[in-house]
Amino acid sequence: MSEHGSIGPVAAQHLAFAEPITLAAGVTLPAWELAYETYGTLNAARSNAVLICHALSGHHHVAGYYADDPKNVGWWDNLIGPGKPLDTNRFFVVGVNNLGGCHGSTGPSSINPASGEPWGADFPVVTVGDWVRAQAKLADALGIAAWAAVIGGSLGGMQALQWTIDQPERIRHALVIAAAPRLTAENIAFNDVARQAIITDPEFHGGNFYRHKVRPTRGLRLARMLGHITYLSDDQMAEKFGRKRRPSAGSYGFGVEFEIESYLRYQGDKFAGWFDANTYLLMTKALDYFDPAESCDGNLAAALAGAHAKFLVVAFTTDWRFSPARSREIVNALVKNKHDVSYIEITSPHGHDAFLMDDHYYHAVLAAYLRNIET
Amino acid sequence: MGGWFDNIPPPGRPKAGAAKLPEATCSVAEHPPPTSPGRGMGGRPIMMHTLKRPDFDVIAGWMKAGESVLDLGCGAGDLLRLLTERGLRGWGVERDPGLALAAVENGVNVIQSNLEVGLAGFEDHAFDHVVLSRTLQTVRHTQQILAEMLRVGREAVISFPNFAYWKNRMAVLNGRMPVSDDLPYQWYDTPNVRFFTMLDFESLCDAMGIVIRERMVLDDKGMTVDEEANFLGSLAVYRLASA
Repeated sequence: MSEHGSIGPVAAQHLAFAEPITLAAGVTLPAWELAYETYGTLNAARSNAVLICHALSGHHHVAGYYADDPKNVGWWDNLIGPGKPLDTNRFFVVGVNNLGGCHGSTGPSSINPASGEPWGADFPVVTVGDWVRAQAKLADALGIAAWAAVIGGSLGGMQALQWTIDQPERIRHALVIAAAPRLTAENIAFNDVARQAIITDPEFHGGNFYRHKVRPTRGLRLARMLGHITYLSDDQMAEKFGRKRRPSAGSYGFGVEFEIESYLRYQGDKFAGWFDANTYLLMTKALDYFDPAESCDGNLAAALAGAHAKFLVVAFTTDWRFSPARSREIVNALVKNKHDVSYIEITSPHGHDAFLMDDHYYHAVLAAYLRNIET
Repeated sequence: MGGWFDNIPPPGRPKAGAAKLPEATCSVAEHPPPTSPGRGMGGRPIMMHTLKRPDFDVIAGWMKAGESVLDLGCGAGDLLRLLTERGLRGWGVERDPGLALAAVENGVNVIQSNLEVGLAGFEDHAFDHVVLSRTLQTVRHTQQILAEMLRVGREAVISFPNFAYWKNRMAVLNGRMPVSDDLPYQWYDTPNVRFFTMLDFESLCDAMGIVIRERMVLDDKGMTVDEEANFLGSLAVYRLASA
């Protein structure tokens, strides 16, 4: 296998925190764990660390691959590696699975020490602010006083924004990509339909499906199909699928007939096969609750007044889930505070998912911004 | 039509008398010229170190460290870089993706946006200065952009090629559209959509109640022009404020 541009084989690490963490929901986790990966080398000054925050279905496996599973390539591997826009020859990159996740960090499928059973429905709702505090504990443990940058797309971008508000001294640059300062009613509505699909699945069992040895895959599949539609663009779907039909499809029935049906069902099945339904509920709820301006009477500029970071805000033209106009709200609030900010609007057909794509101009912008970050 | 030697009134004087004053000058009594070393006096070259953009030094000379500036159509951010190196806080607006990328590479703040709609998100008087450098002639909605600049900025700084520069007039007299360092396009590929002279521009400022605080006129060698500015000036730089 060619190693060019890839960080190569990587391994997940786990860090157990004995110090309790009290969440916004008022619940205290007495002990908790984060799964994370690191790429590159932390320099002597400990000034080259970059945190990657994941979105709804992401995790800590951001770049490279696992030696025993070489097809399991990190979800942002096109961005991160030696010589790539986020150059691991310069930066020490940290990927983390957030609290409530299902990839090794403490979450609903973890054992609740109080009961000896999976947390299930008892796992507290977590917020973006909770994640930032947990990530700050990870930074402490890694000896990172301040991140050179915190980077994220979508829900990950919201975490980068929250870092600048909650930990202004510990973040020098925030790269906020395909994000929004808060969800619209339409966005919350999509999330609630997804949640209802899961919650009403008979195999959800009020969130305690683990003890029944079943998984609410039908609900999770529907949730993902709905979500996936909102991550694509109309143009892209028209180009990729149009009204094309399966060659073997029957007609005048309800089988898989149109290509788009086949694609969505495949995506839904694939996702439902590995993702935890309770984590999906928690991640969508964290999205819904995210609103840093809420404590400032809706004034985002006031919420960002104390930020010290420099910002790069990126949006994609066909992203209707988190449209460029939403990113502009962030930019305007930053400019109002006279914060350093650049805003780039990428012309892309790929909708919200564009932030994960290997687009030449998009990556050139990130590379240019990152090159100017002093380590 | 005016004659070839159009007399430009000095800026900043009371409107009533201004149109009748004969001599052209860039000095303004109530706003004494700054003492920046980059600023040339009449007939002397403006310092040319700024990427062959003598107007940059004029513009920089009108601004102080600590002030904020919004540069509309900032290109690769060269003016912003110069201004931030001199202690200003700057943001640029640039529509072209390649130039916006170049501005990011240049390490300046750039907001990729169409400037004709991009100003709407900024608060009133959010900036000390709003700059439109060699771009006004490419903007279709001239009055709106001028009004918006003076809404979001305390002052506006505008530079534009003077279509009444004598070499441009000669070109037209000889039957060809002018092409020069300040008008570096052919008629078929020019981004320019508005063709106006210093006289035209000052009439519009007058009509819109815009005060001309300072004016610097340069010839095609980057030398300042003190007399017969609308005839001898290739590039005009204005410092404007609301009345």
